[in-house]
Amino acid sequence: MEAVTDHTISALVEDKPGVLARVSGLFRRRGFNISNLSVGHSEVPNLSRMTFVVQGDEFVVEQVTKQLYKLIDVVRVNDITGDAKVARELALVKVKANADNRSEIMQLVDIFRANIVDVAADTVVIEVTGDEDKIDSLFRLLKPFGIKEVMRTGRIAMVRGPASTGGKPLTANVDDHNAPDVESVP
Amino acid sequence: MHLTGAQIVCESLMREGIEVMFGLPGGAILPLYQAMPEYPQLKHILVRHEQNAAHAADGYARASGKVGVCIATSGPGATNLVTGLATAMMDSIPVIAITGQVPRGAIGKDAFQETDITGITLPITKHNYLVMHTADLAGTIKEAFHIARTGRPGPVLIDIPRDVLTESADFVYPDNVTLKGYKPTMDGNGLQIKLAAKLIADAKRPLILAGHGVIIANAFDELRELAETAQVPVITTLLGISSFPEDHVLSMGMPGMHGMAYNNIAIDRSDLLIAVGMRFDDRVTGRLSTFAPHAKVIHIDVDPAEVGKSVHVTVPIVGDAKRVLHALANEVTPATRLEWLQEIDELRLEHPSDRLRESDKLLPQYVLKEISDVTNGNAIVVTGVGQHQMWAAQAYTFREPNSFITSGGLGTMGFEVPAAMGAQVARPDKTVWSIAGDGGFQMTMSELATIVEHQLPVKFALINNGYLGLVRQLQDLFEGGKRVSVEYSHNPDFVALAEAFGIRAFRVTEKGQMRGAILEAMAHEGPALIDFRVEPEENVYPHVPAGEGVTEMLEGPRPETEGAWKR
Repeated sequence: MEAVTDHTISALVEDKPGVLARVSGLFRRRGFNISNLSVGHSEVPNLSRMTFVVQGDEFVVEQVTKQLYKLIDVVRVNDITGDAKVARELALVKVKANADNRSEIMQLVDIFRANIVDVAADTVVIEVTGDEDKIDSLFRLLKPFGIKEVMRTGRIAMVRGPASTGGKPLTANVDDHNAPDVESVP
Repeated sequence: MHLTGAQIVCESLMREGIEVMFGLPGGAILPLYQAMPEYPQLKHILVRHEQNAAHAADGYARASGKVGVCIATSGPGATNLVTGLATAMMDSIPVIAITGQVPRGAIGKDAFQETDITGITLPITKHNYLVMHTADLAGTIKEAFHIARTGRPGPVLIDIPRDVLTESADFVYPDNVTLKGYKPTMDGNGLQIKLAAKLIADAKRPLILAGHGVIIANAFDELRELAETAQVPVITTLLGISSFPEDHVLSMGMPGMHGMAYNNIAIDRSDLLIAVGMRFDDRVTGRLSTFAPHAKVIHIDVDPAEVGKSVHVTVPIVGDAKRVLHALANEVTPATRLEWLQEIDELRLEHPSDRLRESDKLLPQYVLKEISDVTNGNAIVVTGVGQHQMWAAQAYTFREPNSFITSGGLGTMGFEVPAAMGAQVARPDKTVWSIAGDGGFQMTMSELATIVEHQLPVKFALINNGYLGLVRQLQDLFEGGKRVSVEYSHNPDFVALAEAFGIRAFRVTEKGQMRGAILEAMAHEGPALIDFRVEPEENVYPHVPAGEGVTEMLEGPRPETEGAWKR
């Protein structure tokens, strides 16, 4: 038996009412374990891209892929776990901060290439993007100051290089130049 | 053409070749019904309960190979379709369900008779739609029929708000459907087919497991050609019954929980399973870890998600059963397999589960055997779910392609009455026998009225044992004889009941009366019912206990199990 690992799956779906319910309902009724799901518009009109993180072995991922394909609104499904990719989450975190420790917090924010997007008398709101680990470690460092609120998106991921995340590009005008690697933070 | 939504629905149905629909009107769907008189070519059969409309459309689809259509209003009308749609989904039946919905402005406001039927039916339809604009109706219906009947068929529901039916739009029926996310693979991969042929050539103990996909794909000749050319015995799953003539020398009958013992043993010994249009259901495999331990598997299925879902597959072939079997039959080398066929013959002698046990009593198996003999195995047999279903699968000799209609996947009791009605509508030329249990029959018998209204000459064989027989059997065999809620001690007088509906009815209490009653029922022009008061405590054998390997069978009555309930 293969070890259970996280798989990142990217799916291109028709932008129709109920598509999210169809996908999430499928995961629920087939007992697939999804730790993470995000959805938004893609480069093609009327198509959305979903990224989800599935827990399971190769067998589970194969079934997830095949069952997703059975949904009429699902156009393409790709397991991009093994691909070189850029994976990001966005988080907003509200931290207790006063005049005494605000500069200390700002230093941390700088190191993590995060931003302070709101400052009040005794709190700051920090916006940070990155992979799960990076966001987790920032949170760990911020914890002693007092975290009041956290909001995180799911993971979105894109394959590096000219290859398309959702399989072959569906339109010719997809801009597929090689994006620079900006991943260099702790 | 500028038409109302209701007219657009009717025009679209006609363009899809629909001749008959089963339904029951109500407020939200009313505009559609009011348009129907303009389209007399669309025959509407008014049922007594919407569940039966769905089952009738299902039976119609199975018997005809066409798409069945059912119609219900919003709210309770729509929810009553649910069991019928789930039945069709599990057995891959092309059914279109059209439901009325409250007007657009009232959706989401808990309006009278409002229910989220697209939400409810999400897991039990192949796809569903809520149509919010009259101009979208034609395209949606075109798409729905395409999805229902192609690839692995299935039910599709179209929910239409009342005001979408009354508003008007230009009507243009599209010629084509383009769906980015739906392109079923029909032709099998050539290389895989060659690999499969090689495996078949090398196999010493091959078996074909033929399922419903063979019937849906109309691949009877191709299956037979493959079996005969490569000399491979054919086992048919419950839904695969009548995909291969049962009087053929290579026909083996059913495997699995109540299958022939020799089949389960043959599968256990087999070195190659050629599975066609079947999905290794748990009733076929028993405990998966001990299923077919020596066999490689060729799995042919139009649904890629079925391949590798339950058993490990050596050569997967995704495609339409007819095309793949045709290609494979051309690719295999003709063979003789005397040793293997002889081994199977010996197994049949050692484990004669196809032999009826002898008794002076009216055993239920005898009824099925007698109907089989009288009809020469050429009737369309529709069953409910339970003991009578298993006896029909075991004791009736199916000679005619696509002549067994039963709820396999969902196991829906009560299916036998409305599905037989639908089958008879589809095939007025055939004798349709509804094999009913007294339990299921009472769930849906209200359709007897519809059957009489439309003069459908369905013949009902009520296998009446006064029990929910298969449940009683489970309690007797595996629960120490502790019987809980399985006896109907005050069943109605079914002969008087049938007569009240206007149906000719007979009662048979002895073995000797069987043939006469069956002949008389068949000679009668209209519908008829025979109340067979069968031996009430007869059990279905073989019986593989749930969760066991399929070779762990109870092959026949044992004193310690049979007498258990008697204390």
